[in-house]
Amino acid sequence: MTIYLPIAELSVNILIILGMGAAVGFLSGMFGVGGGFLITPLLIFYNIPPVVAVATGANQVVASSISGAITHFRRGTIDIKLGTVLLCGGLVGATLGVWLFSLLRSMGQLDLVISLLYVVLLGSVGGLMLWESIGAMRKAAKNQPTALRRPGQHIWIHGLPLKMRFKKSKIYLSVIPVATLGFCIGILTSVMGVGGGFIMVPAMIYLLRIPTSVVVGTSLFQIVFVSAYTVIVQASTNYTVDIVLAFVLMIAGVIGAQYGVRVGQRLRGEQLRALLALLVLAVGIRLAIELIIPPKDIYSVVSTGVGF
Amino acid sequence: MLRLALVLFALLLAFAAPARAQSLERPVTNFTEKLEIGISTDEISITSDFRGADLTIFGAIDGFDANLLAQGKYNIIVALEGPKDNATVRKKERVFGIWVNTNSMTFELVPESYSLSSTRDIATIAPPRDIANMGIGIDHIRLVPLGFFGDGSTIGEFRNAFRRIRETSGVFQRDPGGVQFISSSLFKASVRLPANVPNGVHVVRAYLFRDGVFVAAKALPLRVVKTGLEQAITRAAHEEPVIYGLFAVTLAVITGWGASLLFRKE
Repeated sequence: MTIYLPIAELSVNILIILGMGAAVGFLSGMFGVGGGFLITPLLIFYNIPPVVAVATGANQVVASSISGAITHFRRGTIDIKLGTVLLCGGLVGATLGVWLFSLLRSMGQLDLVISLLYVVLLGSVGGLMLWESIGAMRKAAKNQPTALRRPGQHIWIHGLPLKMRFKKSKIYLSVIPVATLGFCIGILTSVMGVGGGFIMVPAMIYLLRIPTSVVVGTSLFQIVFVSAYTVIVQASTNYTVDIVLAFVLMIAGVIGAQYGVRVGQRLRGEQLRALLALLVLAVGIRLAIELIIPPKDIYSVVSTGVGF
Repeated sequence: MLRLALVLFALLLAFAAPARAQSLERPVTNFTEKLEIGISTDEISITSDFRGADLTIFGAIDGFDANLLAQGKYNIIVALEGPKDNATVRKKERVFGIWVNTNSMTFELVPESYSLSSTRDIATIAPPRDIANMGIGIDHIRLVPLGFFGDGSTIGEFRNAFRRIRETSGVFQRDPGGVQFISSSLFKASVRLPANVPNGVHVVRAYLFRDGVFVAAKALPLRVVKTGLEQAITRAAHEEPVIYGLFAVTLAVITGWGASLLFRKE
């Protein structure tokens, strides 16, 4: 059963796309991640042009993050003020990212940069997570209490000027590192089609020392708005958001996520993290192999339009 | 003085023009043959389940020489040329162990699709040089590099790569034998429209050759319009991109929110 994707301009098997969406949705529900960093590489493996995969991935992120963001908003676990500062940086970053995206595309280096960024990011995040979770599992096996890193120690970040009081988070922090973090995540959202939660959450906890209780909600708040903004900007500058592809992925994704959550609740934290780390590493390695092996055809042709 | 110069210039042009035309089409004979072609429609609508189709073009030779016709000396070439666009060919090379696009060349205004059909292999219809000069056939489509392209030593390989890729993907194709005579002077040509046929105005060009000499040509426009939901989406994405983007986001919000409401009851 095939379906024609009008923007990607190719026919795909709808069952494979549904399967991909459901699998990534299941994993995102299980691990509590957005899934953008899995869906975009999977689409690329399935020969969807990377330009379309990235912009459509951002659209899928909106759908998978919105329900979580609403839940956190109801519970009052979003620091709106902190989220707004993050968001300001994020919107600037996303704007710059879309501009970079168009520039790299016209230079013919976009596919390469997307793959390289994924290899570096997935490789390092996956490696760190695996190392950390194996350590935690060992300690659990020896019956030692897992040492939690203590937030409270001050590092250079806390000496920066332009400080602001964030009441909900109960912290007094410079807006510079917060906006910078938002900015970097904004670039990643528009260039890679990821929400960026898997980088933002650890950065907020370990670098900015923001209380864990508001971290997830606040990062979801930023992700929803930045990815929605990215979708609109990508649609109006690069015309690469494939609504048919996005819709099929979303439907399968949100259903898959419901079942993922249930399975996730039964597994132990460090096992879950080790599994996610292995998955992240596998996707990264697969992309790295693609870059190293000789391509089937060293030439490629694109219609560039008159006056482009 | 100026008027005189103008008159002289005009005279010069008037003499130069026929001289040039003659040197190109060497025969001095006056051809009596005329070529007429017709298609059943000047617009083709392509629906979303389109898998490619054959377009039939009918034609007739008027004022032919019955003797030559009987000997099979008349040959016809029919080409369906797609809308023109710039095309960039990129070449990958290994840099520090990974494959990177290093060189590229942009060709100016090449047809996005090209289907050729003829009474026999075009190389045997007329001298190869004439065919090449007229730009007939995949191997002779004009590929003019745009802008800076180095010392020009790589033009050949980029041209060959371009033709090879377009032919493999099916948008460039040839069918020697696709034109058949159905009566003494009536012929039928079938040209293939590939599944990924581009939107826009295509041109059907027919060429008549008599004993290896070009006699007449005729061209007809053919509009290819894609229809259906997919086309509406493509048009919206390009013509109302902001609204399209907003709609994509709204769809995501509804789906995400709706699912969380739906599954909360359990």
